[in-house]
Amino acid sequence: MNTELEAPPDDISDIKIDSVGDFTFPERNKYDSGFGLSEKTIDYICDVKGDPEWIREFRKKALKVFNDKPMPTHWATKDLENIKFDEFRYYLSDGQKPKKSWDDVPEDVKKTFDRLGIPEQERKFLAGVEAQYDSEAAYSNIKAAVSEQGVIFVNSTEGLHKHPEIFRKWFGKVIPTGDNKFSALNSAVFSGGSFIYVPPGVKVKHPLQAYFRINSEQFGQFERTLIIADEGSEIMYMEGCTAPKFDTATLHSAVVELVALKGAKIQYVTVQNWSSNVFNLVTKRGIAMEDAEVRWIDCNIGSRLTMKYPGVVMKGKGARGEVISIALANNGQHQDTGAKMIHAADNTTSNVISKSISIGQGRSTYRGLVHIPKHLKGCKNNTECDALLINSSSRTDTYPAISVRGNDHATQHEASVSQVSTEQIFYLMQRGLSEAEAMSLSVNGFINDLAKEFPMEYSVELKRLIDLEMEGSVG
Amino acid sequence: MSLVIKDLHARIAEREILKGLTLTIEPGKVHAIMGPNGSGKSTLSKVLCGHDDYQVTSGEVLLDGQNILDMSIDARSRAGLFLAFQYPHEIPGVSNANFIRAAKKARLPEGEDIDAVKFYKQLYARMDQLEMDRSFTSRSVNEGFSGGEKKRNEILQLMMLEPKYAVLDETDSGLDIDALKVVSRGVNAMRSEDRGFLVITHYQRLLDYIQPDIVHVLMDGKIVMTGEPSLALELEAKGYDWVQADDRALAA
Repeated sequence: MNTELEAPPDDISDIKIDSVGDFTFPERNKYDSGFGLSEKTIDYICDVKGDPEWIREFRKKALKVFNDKPMPTHWATKDLENIKFDEFRYYLSDGQKPKKSWDDVPEDVKKTFDRLGIPEQERKFLAGVEAQYDSEAAYSNIKAAVSEQGVIFVNSTEGLHKHPEIFRKWFGKVIPTGDNKFSALNSAVFSGGSFIYVPPGVKVKHPLQAYFRINSEQFGQFERTLIIADEGSEIMYMEGCTAPKFDTATLHSAVVELVALKGAKIQYVTVQNWSSNVFNLVTKRGIAMEDAEVRWIDCNIGSRLTMKYPGVVMKGKGARGEVISIALANNGQHQDTGAKMIHAADNTTSNVISKSISIGQGRSTYRGLVHIPKHLKGCKNNTECDALLINSSSRTDTYPAISVRGNDHATQHEASVSQVSTEQIFYLMQRGLSEAEAMSLSVNGFINDLAKEFPMEYSVELKRLIDLEMEGSVG
Repeated sequence: MSLVIKDLHARIAEREILKGLTLTIEPGKVHAIMGPNGSGKSTLSKVLCGHDDYQVTSGEVLLDGQNILDMSIDARSRAGLFLAFQYPHEIPGVSNANFIRAAKKARLPEGEDIDAVKFYKQLYARMDQLEMDRSFTSRSVNEGFSGGEKKRNEILQLMMLEPKYAVLDETDSGLDIDALKVVSRGVNAMRSEDRGFLVITHYQRLLDYIQPDIVHVLMDGKIVMTGEPSLALELEAKGYDWVQADDRALAA
């Protein structure tokens, strides 16, 4: 839909949070792969990007795998059947290279990100920013200091073209094409996403950030991120995403691969607030080598359907994996999230803490896989999944799949389902808080210890988003 | 200007608990209510505050001339009514300081905020009076607090919210002598010409420390006798059986 937009107010704080993402600029795509997906689409994408031959073959093979795999509706929601693959466009861009300076970014793109507060955050506290608009990055900048340390932070296309040795070594190794139907789809049509390499011993002080913005209707965004932290290095990466609320469906199917080499640490923070027409089907996995750590800090508030199970394969002795997850499902939403912890070496530790909130007829699902095979020794897993149901029509389901063999491991699983007690609400209201304020405070209290794990600016934003979702949930 | 309760009838499910309770609490006065188990003591405090489980079938409650029975729970609170709970609830994940701050902010006009410096100064001063360690500011409300600590926290809230009428529901239950003294000191510090108290108690002992102006006896959902503070001592010595037959008993 072409909707003209009046100039946003100068003071961004005037803009109500809930409508922050709900605006569009007219499409002015130079490159448009058209509706539907076929080998022609792959050729189009490769031609536009100038991809090398090995990638063209990789993509075409992936397309075959995608077509061969059935929809996993035997275990996942039947809502997946509502995805009409012929009705999406798989590649849209204005043909411009990503700009290094905000001044050079096209007006409408700049206004979009200004409105979402991006350059401001960068000035304040980030080490670098990558801003993607539909299929390609519009802005990509890494602070000089970080770049001087040898850190590489570019989009996936640039990574593949300019750093093939590192890229090819790990690309598709953490998440093989055939892992699931949607990793195959991503492998066929991926565009954008980040490629990051951190040299040995480098501890990146400030987070790197990516922001994904969908502007066009009937579109699929398929970013592919690969982060490699060399021995002893440390990095935190944050991603945020928004899209306008269209009447038609939007598809977001990303793949994120993390590699933490010996003694390295990667923390990956996501605050997902896609609009309610987005199908958000993501495959995220990290490999942790000896004494390395991969930590996923994940918050899912938006989208129509999110299916995401961040995982860690603990491949080296003493490796650690952690997933901290907050999910909020309101009317018309299904958050199907969880974690996959695969222990593949001795003395590895995994920790999963998941808190979900279901409001109205919202539905949240926890799926947790913990796998510790017989031949390992000294492995530990701790899983805690707590669900909060706000209304009587709210729903939550838990599917833990714990497979532990051998007799030298410690596994712990705790689960709870609760409602905000009427006595708690009575107590808060007796102190003068309205029913809505009492609910909000209670819900924020429920997720408080997890919200503290998010970088400050994100946890403030998170609490505001939750308060907004709570409005109108009572009575 | 008073809290006027007139012929209040209230029930829970099909059972009538309050059967025509009449009582007036004027600012500057401390009224005590004593009564046997099942007389309706806790029901009274919950009904005054507007708890959903109870229905008022007839009668009136006016706070400074305003009918509060039509008002929501939070509106009654903001009109100046405070209840120190017998069993204060835990609020996981919400710090004591943030909770009290939110309660204070709820009383300000839309858009105004609390001055953080003034707030903490006042909070610490009151906590010192109640001998509450500073660590209680960041702990989750009532979570892991002992019985005495919870009761102290109720009085801390009373001191921070400065209500017009405070109902203390069996504040002494579960307290040892030392805690009782500290809590009573806090309550006494809040006694003023502008504030009325309703102290609901099971045992006379609390009234040694919080000396009432008037004592009432609640039996079977009604006030059956009203008298001087010495009445409490009489009840302690003799029990409740003699009350309804006594000359001083109010007409049924």
